[in-house]
Amino acid sequence: MAKTIIEKIWEQHIVYEEQGKPDLLYIDLHLLHEVTSPQAFEGLRLNGRKVRRPDLCFATMDHNVPTRNRDIITDPISRKQISTLQDNCDEFGIPLAGINHPDQGIVHVIGPELGLTQPGKTIVCGDSHTSTHGAFGALAFGIGTSEVEHVLSTQTLWQSKPKTMEIRIDGELGFGVAAKDVILAIISKFGVDMGTGHIIEYTGEAIRNLSMEERMTICNMSIEAGARAGLISPDETTVEYLKGRRHVPKGEEFEKTAAGWLALATDADAEYDVSLSIHADEISPFVTWGTNPSMGSGIAEHVPYASDYETQADREALQQALKYMQLEEGTPLSSIDIQHVFIGSCTNARLGDLRAASEIVKGKKVHPSVTAIVVPGSETVKRAAEEEGLDQIFLEAGFEWRETGCSMCLAMNEDAVPAGERCASTSNRNFEGRQGAGSMTHLVSPVMAAAAAIEGHLTDVRKFMQEPVPSS
Amino acid sequence: MKPINKISSILTPLDRKNVDTDQIISKEFLKRIERTGFGKYLFYHWRFHPDGTPVEEFVLNNPRYNGSEILVAQENFGCGSSREHAPWAIQDYGFNVVIAPSYADIFYNNCVKNGILPIRLSNQQVDELIAKGTEKPFQLEVNLEEQTVTGEDGTRYEFTIDPYWKEMLLKGWDEIALTFQYDSHIQEYEEKRQQA
Repeated sequence: MAKTIIEKIWEQHIVYEEQGKPDLLYIDLHLLHEVTSPQAFEGLRLNGRKVRRPDLCFATMDHNVPTRNRDIITDPISRKQISTLQDNCDEFGIPLAGINHPDQGIVHVIGPELGLTQPGKTIVCGDSHTSTHGAFGALAFGIGTSEVEHVLSTQTLWQSKPKTMEIRIDGELGFGVAAKDVILAIISKFGVDMGTGHIIEYTGEAIRNLSMEERMTICNMSIEAGARAGLISPDETTVEYLKGRRHVPKGEEFEKTAAGWLALATDADAEYDVSLSIHADEISPFVTWGTNPSMGSGIAEHVPYASDYETQADREALQQALKYMQLEEGTPLSSIDIQHVFIGSCTNARLGDLRAASEIVKGKKVHPSVTAIVVPGSETVKRAAEEEGLDQIFLEAGFEWRETGCSMCLAMNEDAVPAGERCASTSNRNFEGRQGAGSMTHLVSPVMAAAAAIEGHLTDVRKFMQEPVPSS
Repeated sequence: MKPINKISSILTPLDRKNVDTDQIISKEFLKRIERTGFGKYLFYHWRFHPDGTPVEEFVLNNPRYNGSEILVAQENFGCGSSREHAPWAIQDYGFNVVIAPSYADIFYNNCVKNGILPIRLSNQQVDELIAKGTEKPFQLEVNLEEQTVTGEDGTRYEFTIDPYWKEMLLKGWDEIALTFQYDSHIQEYEEKRQQA
């Protein structure tokens, strides 16, 4: 019978199944960070339990780390949380890329970089953006701390089989349209809870043409559509990316492994529980104006009117969002002034993101009323960017060039947007207070963030770009 | 985990949809390494002004709802981050039951693993409960064994729940201890994979 990649991976990982129970699934890779793990390790200690497979765990510190003055963590509670992860990894024998380690970075950036993330694996982490790893054709999902403890103890999880959902993006993406615009457009079209209870597979011509980094941006925000996981069937792009990475088999073994990966791709006539589609022509450079990721529109649009909505509940939700965002109905999106720009996060802080943004800012200056920061996704990204001179381009334009971490995406460290100020941000959530109490977030792609930094307001990046002449 | 079956309490109406875990527990409170003590930070930025004074109109600041164990909210409750600090804060504040038309998947799991009963009722039923609970203190009787919610006016709603989660909540199981009983299956699986 024809199967989707979701069913293939699921079936390969069933340890135990019984009618009326969730399946007991084996977990191939458990990523850990400092915020959602301490209570799990404490649970192990209280019950005298050990970590079953420390070799299948990998930890780093990302949420809470400073992006400047790396060695001075002034907040004693932050410091305690970071040292606790170090102590727990030492005690239980878990590999750790600590704060000054050359591999340190945002957990969802370094997993793929190191080749830990591979097609066909089940991957979990106490972080909802674990869906990022689905870009490789892995079944990757976020879990809570109780489940972290369960995986540490047993290397398994009880999981009810989710439904499958296809989102097909037909056609070729237009000029200036980034992967971020694709996922924001999808969430805007179908809603923040369309994926609840489902695993999404992204398919179609537009997806096939994306690089691995761009695919990660899309899968990353699956959770913003309510899906715990989103994935893309592996292809030659996937194989090419992984070849030569540290944790990937070498030589002949690699060829064999890669053939296995490609065989995981969804069968041609497989069926999904739900199939949705969007055409690339519908997608333009996007920006959010509200307080959840579905509240967004193309940059040429305006803030909606209450009368655009059919139900009273939706009209109230709009008004609540606009009150928080200090915006009026009908405001053109490109007229919204911003005071901060954040290029970073597990959504958009990879080398390709930084390259694209640097192309826009090259030779220009950040608007005097804007504070703009670049926070590379990992030490590896940072080193590679510096080798190419991207840091100099950003610095000359007036950006700050920081150390790696989650930073202003959730502002757990000191990188916060002050109350009443706006940020054009390449991160994934525009919830109330996400980037700091009272702050207002507009989600955008890296090139849109770069353009906003220069103009001091949200703006269409396409005017900074040369439209390619179609070859005939 | 503490078993849960019957809860009798007035309901607290929170008439919002897409309540995300950033609102339930804000990031500045995620740095603690304990599981307890998060209740005072629940919905912090909705409960308090920046100067720390209470936001009078926010429902949790209405003394009428003091001691309530049942939170009723609109659809897609608990969306966003996987932080289990969200259910920890809800429970530590005193809520043992949440009623909503739908939940984000990770949040739902996190509730069950902590002995909080997340009940799904229809949009219309939730609207009714919110209206009744907003008008005056409204008593509910939740019975997990029978899968019912009964209002003080006699209105009775039935809800569905996965039988596995139901039993776990009723018995207050330690899921890890339970899984250890399947250790031979896990070992067998690992050996098979090793050979492949």
